[in-house]
Amino acid sequence: MSVLKVPTMAEMMAQGETPDILFWVGCSGSFDDRAKKITKAVVKILNKCDVKFAVLGTEESCTGDPAKRAGNEFTFQMQAMMNIQVLDGYEVKKIVTACPHCFNTLKNEYPELGGNYEVIHHTQLIQGLINDGKLSIEGGGTYKGKKITFHDPCYLGRANDVYEAPRSLIEKLDAELIEMKRCKTNGLCCGAGGAQMFKEAEKGNKEINVERTEDALETNAEIIATGCPFCNTMMTDGVKNFNKENDIQVLDVAELIANAADL
Amino acid sequence: MLAIIVFAVLTIVGFGFFGWNISKVRSNILLGKDINRNDQKGERWKIMTLVALGQKKMFARPIPALLHLCLYAAFVITQIELIEIIADGLTGNHRMFHDSLGGFYTFMVSFIEILSVLAFIATVIFLARRNLLKLPRLTMKELSGWPKQDANLILIAEITLICFIFMMNGADEVLYSQGKSHLEGQGSLGFSISSLIGPALFGSVSEHGLHLIERIGWWGHIAMVFGFLNYLPYSKHFHIVLAFPNTWYSNLEKKGKFTNMESVTAEVKLMMDPNADPYAAAPADATPQRFGAKDVTDLTWKNLLDAYTCTECGRCTSACPANQTGKLLSPRKIMMDTRDRLVEVGEGIRKNGKDYNDGKSLIGDYISEEEIWACTSCNACVQECPVNIDPLSIIVDLRRYLVMEESKMPSELTGMLTNIENNGAPWQFSPADRLNWKDEA
Repeated sequence: MSVLKVPTMAEMMAQGETPDILFWVGCSGSFDDRAKKITKAVVKILNKCDVKFAVLGTEESCTGDPAKRAGNEFTFQMQAMMNIQVLDGYEVKKIVTACPHCFNTLKNEYPELGGNYEVIHHTQLIQGLINDGKLSIEGGGTYKGKKITFHDPCYLGRANDVYEAPRSLIEKLDAELIEMKRCKTNGLCCGAGGAQMFKEAEKGNKEINVERTEDALETNAEIIATGCPFCNTMMTDGVKNFNKENDIQVLDVAELIANAADL
Repeated sequence: MLAIIVFAVLTIVGFGFFGWNISKVRSNILLGKDINRNDQKGERWKIMTLVALGQKKMFARPIPALLHLCLYAAFVITQIELIEIIADGLTGNHRMFHDSLGGFYTFMVSFIEILSVLAFIATVIFLARRNLLKLPRLTMKELSGWPKQDANLILIAEITLICFIFMMNGADEVLYSQGKSHLEGQGSLGFSISSLIGPALFGSVSEHGLHLIERIGWWGHIAMVFGFLNYLPYSKHFHIVLAFPNTWYSNLEKKGKFTNMESVTAEVKLMMDPNADPYAAAPADATPQRFGAKDVTDLTWKNLLDAYTCTECGRCTSACPANQTGKLLSPRKIMMDTRDRLVEVGEGIRKNGKDYNDGKSLIGDYISEEEIWACTSCNACVQECPVNIDPLSIIVDLRRYLVMEESKMPSELTGMLTNIENNGAPWQFSPADRLNWKDEA
């Protein structure tokens, strides 16, 4: 495996260079062991396509999304304004992120606070790279003919109306995309949004991720694809709950593409 | 002549009382905080046309959508007949438009009658869905008591109204065939349904009896209409009016975008400004603002309009992941509680003046903390609502109040917030380790 090239904004600036796009890694992508693999898959794709990108590295900080959803507007806006100072300091124009929560916050909630950037989700970026012919998957690669179902992250789908980009990537794999009974606008949440990721669920008779995993298992798919590190955690836990780890994998769309392209 | 006077009084009282109730509802809604929902007018007309007039979102569930469409179409078209009833009532005529409209009149009434039969069937099915089939979303616990009664009353009123229409037209058909109708001529009126069921039901009734049935139908119809009109402001059924303004004032932003609180922005800017004087006194006219919402008056007028518009169909709740997994949260209950509390606050203010405080609040007395902390902010409820109600924005404002004014939240969230403030991540990791993934195998 070749070494990942991950330049930071500071390094780029020191060399007098400006990247075309900033890769906003996010807290999950930086610290969570499972999500780090997604981060690396994205970097492999960026490297393969020679995308001139950079990360903020240690200068990145939480977007404030979980604070805002939990009702703490102070913490959110403090984070937002500090991040905007850093982003504007580097004259960032375009941002890609692999986390729909970061995506939503940067795209929708930063502009009013003075942070105006073009923000895209990694599935949109990869779709663009494939459409431009910079990345190709020969014959669908490893996933040819496999049954894949896609779980819509709420903050990508309903919150921002991005439904087609991740699906178009799965189709590029020559795989069989099987929709769950609840999908797209009707997709069921994995249970992690609204700061639920960081707390125990309220008393009920079932966990939300278990309910959602049942939807996925009903499709008899071999892979549950998703585009959010939180959804990934929740669905992975859901699969474990049914002891189906050997039958069904939970993978990010970026991982599917990176594996299929043999990166 | 007496009939005309009675009718005129009924009409004036009917519309007058409705107008008075509307102004009460309006003043209640305006207790909410201001937001601007007057931009992008073209887009707003489009949404209103598609969602309210065209019922676009209803068709996500085809069966109830079709049944509802029957009722909706019958209701809208019947208004044309109502114009004639009012004209007849005020002038003492009988079927004023019959001669001037000719064949078109027969067509219109026939059309109304067919839709009325469909509406009758739909209403019976709706009653069955609520009371016999006991559909989960129509029998949840927040509907017990008055909401359930309200729903059944509306359906029964609709059935009664349709019966009155057929009494009126059916009896008149028989009278006309005998040449004894107040309408000149003899034969069949030729209306699609009443020309069949009129003779079947009332064929053997005496002339006097027929006139009585016809009048009961006619007066019953108009009495039901005015009764229904004035019942609306006290009922969930108010959606037939408010669906239109409510969709016009829809949120046009992406659903994921939460509002940025301007009062907080001012504070944060001050905190981050190195030249700010920390000891500067607040301007004299500064009124302390509440963070988030403790009570209905802290919500926006759109939230309050949402609450009055809700017809308690429960699509939001049946789509809610928290509710589906047995949690206490029900977005429909959030809307019902908001409306019930608003009615209470509005009455209190009208009786006791605008600074009246009854010591109660929306959070705590109506909505519990457990309910709002169960929300995943997934927007399924917002997506589902056929009239573009947004329960999520109320939930978020209640959370803001609890967190920023009362420091009340699940303990794990306190830890999460501390982590963000101390090390820029919701977990306890050092910011210096953010790029470590790059070199890990």
